Amino acid sequence: MIDNGTLWVVIIGLGVGSFLLRFAFLGFVGDRPLPEWMLRHLRYTAVAVLPALCAPLVVYSGEGGETEPSRLAAAVVTLVAGALTRNVFVAIGAGAGTLQDAEYLLG
Amino acid sequence: MTTTTTKSAYLAGLRDGAPFILVAGPFAVLFGVLATEAGLNLFEVMTFSLVVIAGAAQFTALQLMQDNAPTVIVLVSALAVNLRVAMYSAALTPYLGAAPLWQRVFVAYLLVDQSYALSHARFEAVPEMSIPQRVAYYFGACTLVMIFWFGCSYAGAALGTALPAELPLDFARPIAFLSMVAPMLRTLPHLAAAATAIVLSLLAVEVPHSLGLLIGGFGGMVAGAQTELWLARRRA
Repeated sequence: MIDNGTLWVVIIGLGVGSFLLRFAFLGFVGDRPLPEWMLRHLRYTAVAVLPALCAPLVVYSGEGGETEPSRLAAAVVTLVAGALTRNVFVAIGAGAGTLQDAEYLLG
Repeated sequence: MTTTTTKSAYLAGLRDGAPFILVAGPFAVLFGVLATEAGLNLFEVMTFSLVVIAGAAQFTALQLMQDNAPTVIVLVSALAVNLRVAMYSAALTPYLGAAPLWQRVFVAYLLVDQSYALSHARFEAVPEMSIPQRVAYYFGACTLVMIFWFGCSYAGAALGTALPAELPLDFARPIAFLSMVAPMLRTLPHLAAAATAIVLSLLAVEVPHSLGLLIGGFGGMVAGAQTELWLARRRA
C-alpha cells in the first residue's frame, strides 16, 4: 500500500511542479517576442512529442513488452485515416474499430 | 472585438473539443479505477486529478509509488513525463502571451495535450484571431474535456474494481493522440519531425525515468526545424 505522507507530498509536489512547467513560458515570457530559431522548433512540438509518447505504447504494448499485432494495426489505421480525412472522429472510430476487429480475428 | 465574436470563438472551441471527451473520459475512468485499487480513497483520487490534470504523469506517479520508489524519483519521473507541457507553454506564448495575467494563469492550469493541440492548430490556421477570441476558443476547447476528466475520475473511483479488466481502456490514449497528430502531418518537415520522434523514442525506450520521451520529442523538433531550413535553402 502507498504511504499516506508520501501520497500527499507527491500530489502537492506534482501539482505545483506541473503548474510551473505549464506557466513557464506563458507567464514569465508573456508578449515578448521569441527568437526565430525557437519558433521554428516550436512549430514541431506536437508532431514530435505526441508520436514519441505513443510509439513505445503501440510497439511494446503486449505482455512483457512484445508487439501486439492488433494494437499496431489499430495505430497505423488511426494515423492513415486521420491523415487522409483530417477528421479526428473518423480517425478514432477507424482505430477503435480496427482494434476490436483485429482482437477478434487474431484472438 | 465584440461579445458575439468572442462568444462564437468559445462555441467553436467547445465544438472542436467535443470529440476529446472520448479520450479524457476513458482515461480518467481508468485512473480512478487503478488509483482506487492502489488504495487511494475518493477524496485522494479527486484531489490528485484536480490538482495535477496530467493523465500520463499521474499513472507514472501511481505506478512508482506502488513500487515503493523514493519520493524524489516519483516526482522527478512524473514531471519528466509532463515536461512536454513546458514545450506547449512555449508554443502557445506567441499567441496568448499578451493576454491578461489572470487568464494566462488559467490557460496554464488547463494546459494538456488536447487543449494545446486543438488551440495551436486553430491559432496557426486563423492568424487574424484577436487575443480575446483566442482565449475564448482555448477555454471552449477545455470545457467539455475538463468536465469529463473530473466526472470520469469520480466515476472510476466510485466504480473501483467493478470494471472488467479485459477492456482495452489503456489503448484509448495512443489512439486518441494519433488521431490528433495525423491531420497535422501536412508538410514534409512535419512528417520528418514525427518519423524522427517515433524512431528515437523506440530506440530510447530502455532509457530510465521516461527520458526516452524527451529524447524523441527534442530529436523530432530538431528534425522538423532542419528540414524546414533545408527546404527554404533549396527554394532560394
